[in-house]
Amino acid sequence: MGALELKNITKSFGATDVIKGVDLTVKDGEFCVFVGPSGCGKSTLLRIIAGLEDASAGDILLDGKRVNELAPAKRELAMVFQSYALYPHLTVRDNMGLALKQAGVSKAETRAATDRAAEMLSLGPLMERRPAELSGGQRQRVAIGRAIVRRPKLFLFDEPLSNLDAALRVATRIEIARLHRELSATMIYVTHDQVEAMTLADRIVVLRGGVVEQVGAPMELYNDPANTFVAGFIGSPQMNFLKSGALGQRGETTGIRPEHLEISRESGSFEGRVSHVEKLGGETLVYVRSEIHGLLTVRLFGEHSYSVDEAVWLSPDMGRAFHFDSAGLRLR
Amino acid sequence: MSARMSKGRTIAAHAVLLTYTLIALFPVFVIVINSFKSRKAIFADPLALPMPGTFDAVGYATVMKQGDFFLYFQNSLIVTCASLFCVLLFGAMAAFALSEYRFRGNTLMGLYLALGIMIPIRLGTVAILEMMVASGLVNTLTALILVYSAQGLPLAIFILSEFMKTVSDDLKNAGRIDGLSEYRIFFSLVLPLVRPAMATVAVFTMIPIWNDLWFPLILAPAESTKTVTLGAQVFIGQFVTNWNAVLAALSLAIVPVLVLYLIFSRQLIRGITAGAVK
Ligand SMILES: Nc1ncnc2c1ncn2[C@@H]1O[C@H](COP(=O)(O)OP(=O)(O)O)[C@@H](O)[C@H]1O
Ligand SMILES: [Mg+2]
Repeated sequence: MGALELKNITKSFGATDVIKGVDLTVKDGEFCVFVGPSGCGKSTLLRIIAGLEDASAGDILLDGKRVNELAPAKRELAMVFQSYALYPHLTVRDNMGLALKQAGVSKAETRAATDRAAEMLSLGPLMERRPAELSGGQRQRVAIGRAIVRRPKLFLFDEPLSNLDAALRVATRIEIARLHRELSATMIYVTHDQVEAMTLADRIVVLRGGVVEQVGAPMELYNDPANTFVAGFIGSPQMNFLKSGALGQRGETTGIRPEHLEISRESGSFEGRVSHVEKLGGETLVYVRSEIHGLLTVRLFGEHSYSVDEAVWLSPDMGRAFHFDSAGLRLR
Repeated sequence: MSARMSKGRTIAAHAVLLTYTLIALFPVFVIVINSFKSRKAIFADPLALPMPGTFDAVGYATVMKQGDFFLYFQNSLIVTCASLFCVLLFGAMAAFALSEYRFRGNTLMGLYLALGIMIPIRLGTVAILEMMVASGLVNTLTALILVYSAQGLPLAIFILSEFMKTVSDDLKNAGRIDGLSEYRIFFSLVLPLVRPAMATVAVFTMIPIWNDLWFPLILAPAESTKTVTLGAQVFIGQFVTNWNAVLAALSLAIVPVLVLYLIFSRQLIRGITAGAVK
């Protein structure tokens, strides 16, 4: 149980329209990720789903029931915040148990539920501490634990990993994926990081400026982007955008992923100069400045030596190219 | 402040602060030392410390003999504490509403409440007196508490609403999702986090109330409702002033404010360090 439906949701703060008509269905048990650049309205949309913010227009349906007027606590959902938002005056155990206590669940049951959640996240030894005595990673695990304890229909995550360092981010990401498998609950996850989106999602919703640009499974978006925005946002390093005219291709822009751009010292379809080289061990990224196309990224597997300012030739693999019109829409 | 300040600047900063402290404490010091001297010694050399020859606690004896003085103290304490309670409670609640909820007229309401900072309440003395007479509150402590609450609220709301805007939205939202009422969110999540600001407001509110002579004189001059500052006036006559008693009364009047101040300032410092170490 935990299907969500949004029908033409809009939201304005005074004169600024932040959400401009979002229609979306999230199936029961699905892991859905909202991804988009900072300020595109992801958090606002999530807060509308949670009931912390009223939509200016449109309907929110949970399991087919309209919940627009329902208080956040009555919507049977839990939310994990970027800033952890733990109650500073309560111990970890009380932080996790508060929602159940508010709902009138008995002490014994609350204790059992917090113990279960603590075990899932190995929080056992921390239960009697206060948030101030925990590290960032531990705090975020407690925040996730607090969400689990309620057994909600719907989990909402608002950039839960942004305040963690790189190693913890990967570990916590894997933990969230595991929780999703174990709990088989519906999860909506907001992030501006496309790697998190790609690795976690069953389905990704790409947002820009309060509008849904494309919805689809990670590989659908990667292999079949609807426009230049989605093509540029999904995949790392970013897709290269070349001028179609100079290549004799249709449309205005031709998109080539960095791994589909071939580099050579002898020959190719156009010339450029190496402006920077990044060696990552398993792969090498060569940044090449071309007179016509601007700065392009080439991704090579293994170790390669190119020196800055060296003249090189590039040849795009046209079989893997994407074509876009002048408005940025995909030509199929 | 940077962790490493040059030695010269540290000394300069301390010199300025010490000078200020001395200037600020000097009148208090003079009052206290003179309260322990005989009348002649006070006038002979006001800045001398009480010596075996000049020591005289007659001022304190006079104050104690005037049995009502304990009543005056009690009145002052009741009025100050009750007003402080009202200002902090209602001020914090209004500040929370103004900073947390978006409603029509929010900004206007904030400005209207801030207006009270700029307009001295004493301008309305006549109207206030008329109102108190009409409602039969003249010569009651309630009259003073009401007036002082009104006097303290504007600044309290102004300062506290600025502070409440800094309390994390996520924390309040987490509370809402967990089913806490807005009152619980206010009392158990927001208030503890703005404790330093509350302490600041408490100190700023308390001192003018304790020291006020104007409203006790106009609204509650009866024997049973006199405050300390008003009570001390009995020793100031048109022709003869009992300086020993006046100084002793003033010295005693310092003690309760000092105690209250120490309580709040400890809160203030605790609040500041708690935030810094987090
Ligand atoms: N309470 C608010 N009042 C006015 N504007 C807001 C408010 N909350 C968010 N916004 C605006 O809405 C836009 C989207 O914000 P947000 O949903 O937080 O973006 P994201 O989470 O995608 O970074 C931003 O431009 C922000 O300035
Ligand atoms: Mg956000």
